[in-house]
Amino acid sequence: MTRLIMGRLAEALAALLLMSLAIFLLSRVTGDPVALLLGDGATAEDRDLLIAQLRLDRPLWEQYISFLGNALTGDFGQSVAAGRRDALELVLDRLPASLSLAGVALGFTLVTGIAMGVLAAITRGSAVDLLVRIVALLGQSVPAFWLGIVLIYIVAVQWGWLPTSGYGTTAHYILPALTMGTFTLAAVTRLVRASMLDALGSEYIKLARIKGLPEATVILKHALSNSLIPVVTFMGAFFATMITGAVVVETVFAWPGIGRLAYESIVSRDFPVIQTVVLVITASFILANFCVDMLYLAIDPRMRDRG
Amino acid sequence: MQNVTFRAALVLLALFVLTAVFGPYLVEHDPLKGSLRARLEPPLWAGGTSEHLLGTDRLGRDMLARIVSGARISLTVCVVVIAIAGSIGTALGMLSGYVGGWLDRVLMRLVDLALSLPVILLALLVGAVSGPSFGNIVLVISLVLWSQYARMARGETLRVKNEDYVDLARTSGLGHVRIIARHILPNIAPALIVVATLQVGVVIVLEASLSFLGVGVPPPNPSWGSMVADGRSYVVTAWWVSLFPGIAILLVVMAVNIVGDALTDRINPALRGRTA
Repeated sequence: MTRLIMGRLAEALAALLLMSLAIFLLSRVTGDPVALLLGDGATAEDRDLLIAQLRLDRPLWEQYISFLGNALTGDFGQSVAAGRRDALELVLDRLPASLSLAGVALGFTLVTGIAMGVLAAITRGSAVDLLVRIVALLGQSVPAFWLGIVLIYIVAVQWGWLPTSGYGTTAHYILPALTMGTFTLAAVTRLVRASMLDALGSEYIKLARIKGLPEATVILKHALSNSLIPVVTFMGAFFATMITGAVVVETVFAWPGIGRLAYESIVSRDFPVIQTVVLVITASFILANFCVDMLYLAIDPRMRDRG
Repeated sequence: MQNVTFRAALVLLALFVLTAVFGPYLVEHDPLKGSLRARLEPPLWAGGTSEHLLGTDRLGRDMLARIVSGARISLTVCVVVIAIAGSIGTALGMLSGYVGGWLDRVLMRLVDLALSLPVILLALLVGAVSGPSFGNIVLVISLVLWSQYARMARGETLRVKNEDYVDLARTSGLGHVRIIARHILPNIAPALIVVATLQVGVVIVLEASLSFLGVGVPPPNPSWGSMVADGRSYVVTAWWVSLFPGIAILLVVMAVNIVGDALTDRINPALRGRTA
């Protein structure tokens, strides 16, 4: 057990290292960082100074080591656009708004998706099942940025039921959370429906029915609890989808999170901030995957007994 | 019923491909040239003229012509990404399954890692450094998507590598490369085609999202994503600019998903709903 956990931890750290290398290479090799950081009005001395500061005259591997060292001590550079503010501070300021939105979206997605999946599975072949499957198909196919615009136009502008965008009250959460969760909602629904159908056709469910247990117990306790394991497996992927979707959704709804920060930094060509956002998010991805692995160990006895 | 939707989806996909290939030669307007006298004209049924069936955008460019050219951009990105990601992923996956051992373990960890890369953010990073370009989005999307082929190719290789015909090929003295190329690849191809089909939808949405954010296909090329972005700021007065390209994305992706699901069912029913 301990060995297994340590193994996973080592893997997570290796993943973090590889990710940082990928980000470093993508940002240094595909363009000219000096031109990016200095802007148009810089002199040749400015340029030389910056090259020395960033150690861009050193070989690539030395640059990577110092990049890594700076990142470990929390030094991600300064924002070019937002008055030389510390890039990490800027990102951390925006983090709570993003996390709360992603949390609401994930909660809504899981509850609704599991309910819809169970409903479709127990009414297999009926009109309800068909409806759920159509909703899931639509949810899987609709691009989030477009759905957000359509929802703003219909629900907020035409009907005037909810605010068009911004941050503050509970009502502000509804449209962005819905937009952010739609794709994952479809995925959860399909997953739960498929595994519920498997479970309902299995021997242990037949046994539970023969034993004369009430149908609700059979479905909710026996079939559902087994059908939720695949949902846990995909939790890491769901979280990833949400955070990636945050860039688009927060941009559409003017939500003051890190996704919108990333977008704004693109527009103002604020490279240190974008790099920090990407690093912080990939790190949180890896952390989330690690947590899911641990959760998996906790709920699945077959995994626990191994290692 | 199942069959009807499947056929409808196939027809829709065929229509998409035909539009992408031949459409640009058939529409009368230039998707890049607008007329300032014809700015934001509504579609025909909302008070517009038959000159611009789907209306015009902010620069007076014909929406229909732009959507048709957008289809070509979408399809091109799909074909290039799937060719790159598919060939790299398949090669590495077959190698991983065939050789096994530490190589297999390392490659599969890389696959896990690639699967969890935040595509849109990496694209923002690359876009920030070197500006929007066709090559960049293809690079970033491929960097993430190869892993799905690798995972599938590995699993399938493990399934077939101990089949009699592979053993027979081995005992008859064929080299490893030949066994992989001639005897394993043809037998695992159907599963890989399913992955490719399901990815068409993913690639279209990714390309559109990146173009929407301004780091995808560079303007003035009419990507469906950047068209939605164009119309965003005047959605209240000119809803058609954002609406139509979005519907185009929705229809194509939905058709791809229906076809992909049906193929998955046919090849491996156990995977139904599991390709999230």
